[in-house]
Amino acid sequence: MQAEPIRIEALNYAYGEGELRRPVLRDVALQVGVGEVLLLTGPSGSGKTTLLTLIGALRAMQEGSCEVLGQELFGASERARVSLRQRIGFIFQNHNLLGALTARQNVAMALEVAPRLSEPERLARAGEMLAAVGLAEHTDRLPGKLSGGQRQRVAIARALAAQPGLVLADEPTAALDKVSGAEVAHLLRDLAKSRGVPILMVTHDPRILDIADRVVTMEDGRIVEQS
Amino acid sequence: MNALTENLRAPPGASAPATLDKGRVSLFDWFFLPARLAMRQLFFERARLLSAIAGVMFAALLVFMQLGFRAALFDSATRLYAAMQAEIFLMNPLTMASFRPEAMPRIRAHQALALPEVAQAVPVYLTQAAWRSPETGAKRAIQMIGFDVEAGAMRFQGLDKISDALRQVDAAGFDVRSRPEFGDVAKKLAEGGPFEVQIGNRMMRIVGTVEIGPSFGADGNLVMSEVNFRRVVRGRDPANVDLIAIRLVPGADVQATKARLKALLPGDVMVLTQPELVAHERHYWETATAIGFIFGFGSIMGLIVGMVIVYQILFSDIANHLREYATLKAIGYSNFYLARVVMASALILAVLGFVPGFLASIWMYDFVGAATFLPLGMTWDRTVTVFLMIFGMCALAGLLAMRKLRDANPADMFS
Repeated sequence: MQAEPIRIEALNYAYGEGELRRPVLRDVALQVGVGEVLLLTGPSGSGKTTLLTLIGALRAMQEGSCEVLGQELFGASERARVSLRQRIGFIFQNHNLLGALTARQNVAMALEVAPRLSEPERLARAGEMLAAVGLAEHTDRLPGKLSGGQRQRVAIARALAAQPGLVLADEPTAALDKVSGAEVAHLLRDLAKSRGVPILMVTHDPRILDIADRVVTMEDGRIVEQS
Repeated sequence: MNALTENLRAPPGASAPATLDKGRVSLFDWFFLPARLAMRQLFFERARLLSAIAGVMFAALLVFMQLGFRAALFDSATRLYAAMQAEIFLMNPLTMASFRPEAMPRIRAHQALALPEVAQAVPVYLTQAAWRSPETGAKRAIQMIGFDVEAGAMRFQGLDKISDALRQVDAAGFDVRSRPEFGDVAKKLAEGGPFEVQIGNRMMRIVGTVEIGPSFGADGNLVMSEVNFRRVVRGRDPANVDLIAIRLVPGADVQATKARLKALLPGDVMVLTQPELVAHERHYWETATAIGFIFGFGSIMGLIVGMVIVYQILFSDIANHLREYATLKAIGYSNFYLARVVMASALILAVLGFVPGFLASIWMYDFVGAATFLPLGMTWDRTVTVFLMIFGMCALAGLLAMRKLRDANPADMFS
C-alpha cells in the first residue's frame, strides 16, 4: 500500500517577527490520498495559499511536519526542495507560460528540467500532452496568440507532462469565464484521474466544486470543515 | 514511437546516451538547454536584442580602435629601424628614442669591421630640422636620416631609384608618406622635376621620393647622403654618429657575432640585434610616455561602457521576465540553472556583438589609417585579444545581472 502523497501534522506558520508576528496557519493537519482530488476553499487571508506554497516546497517550514511524496519538508535543504518541485505539477492563477516559447516548447520545459528523454522524445511527449488537452492544432503557437482558456490548458499540459506525483493548482479558473473555467477544471480532473495523480486545488470558484472528491474549508488559519 | 527510439538507443554495454542515464545530466544538456532558452528569449524581442548587439559592437569597436592606435604608434615609432637592412646595430646607451639620439664615436664602425663576420658597418646620422613648406612657407620639423646611400644598408622603398641622384650636392629624398602639411611634394616633382626647399638654414634640392611613413616622433622623413647631412647640420662633429648599422656576411650567426662585438667594443656603445633595437624604441614609447597608458585606459573605458550596456539589458530582461523566472523556479529549475541562462545570454550577446564590431573596425582602420597616415591594420593577435575582452566583459555583466534572479521568488507566484 502506497503512503499518502501529502501528510501534514501540527503545522504552524507565521509571517513577520516579534510584535508584528502574525500567525497564518495554526495546528493544521491534512492528508491527501492516492489519486484524490481535494479542493481547498475559504475566505481571503484564511491561509490556504500559504499552505499550498508550503506543500509545494516553495517556502521554508517553521513548525510541524509536512511530508510530500515521501519527502519530509521540515528542515529540508534547498536542494531537496528543488528536487521535490520537479516531481510536482504546478498550475497558477495566471498561466505563467514563457512568452518567447511556443505551446509545445513551454510544455517541453517541464521535461527539460531533469532531462531523461532525448529532444525528439520530449517534443513528442509535449505534443501528446497538448493533444490530450485538445490543443493538437495549436502546438506551434506562441502564448500571445492563444485565448485565456487555451493558455490555461497549455499550463495543465505542462503540469502533467513530467508525470508528476502530485498536482498543485492555485485558482486555475479565476481568470477564465464560466464556460472555459468549467472546461479547464473538468479537463484537469479527468486527466489527473486517468493517471492516478492526486490534485490539491485552492479555489474560490463555487462552479467547480463538483470536480472534488473532498472539499476542505479553511478559516483564520485553521481547517474548519471537511466534506 | 518512444519504445522504438529507446530500443535503438540502448544497446547493452555501449556507452549509454545521457538521456537514458537517469538522474545525471550530460554536459551537452547542462550547457545547451539553458543556452537554447536564452537564445529563444533573446530573439523573441528583436528591438532589445538589436540595442544590446549595438552596445557590444560599440564596445568592441572602441577597444579595437584604441588598441589599433596603440599598436600603430609603436609600429610607426619603430618603422625607421624596421626598414634598415642590417642585422646588428650599435647605439649610444643613453639614446632613449630615435628622434632624440645621443652620439657615439664613428670609430666604433671601423672597429666592428675587425670581425670577419662583419661585412659592412654603416654610420647613420639622425636629427630633426625645420622644413619650410614650398606651398605655404610654414615651417615644420622633419626627421633627417643621413647615411651612405650606396652601401645598401637601407631598404626604404624607392631608395634604389634615387641613390645616384642623392650623391649630388644638397640633394635629398622626401618620404611621400609624410603628413600632407609638408606640401604635395610628389605632385610638384611630377610636374616640374627636382625643386629647392629650405631645410634649416640651407636650400636643398628634392630629387625624388622614398616611402617610410610618419611616426608619433616625426611627421615626415628626409633621406640624404651623410655628406649632405653635414652640410645642413652645421657645427656637428662628423666623428660623432647616432647609429651604426652592421651587415654581416651571409651565413654568420647573429647572436654569436653580437657577443663577439660586445667583447670587442668599449662600454660606450650598446650592441643590439634588429629586433632588440625595435624593442628598445618601443620600450621608450610604452614606458616613458603616457601614450601607451592613454590608449590602454581608453580600451578599459570602452569595456566599461559596453559592460554597463549589457548589464542594463540583461538586468531589465530579468526584471521584465521575473514571473517567468519565478515559474521556472517553481517547477523545479534551480537558481544555478537560471544563472546559466543569464550567462548564456551574456555570451551570446558577446558573440553577436563582436562580429559586426570586428567588421566595422576593419573598415574604420582603413578609413582612419588613410586620414592619419598611421599603419592601422587588423591582426589575429588583436582579434583574439579583443574577443576575449568582450567575452569577459559580457560574462562580468552577466554575473552582476544574476543577482536580480534572487528577486524571482516562486512563492510569490501564488497570490
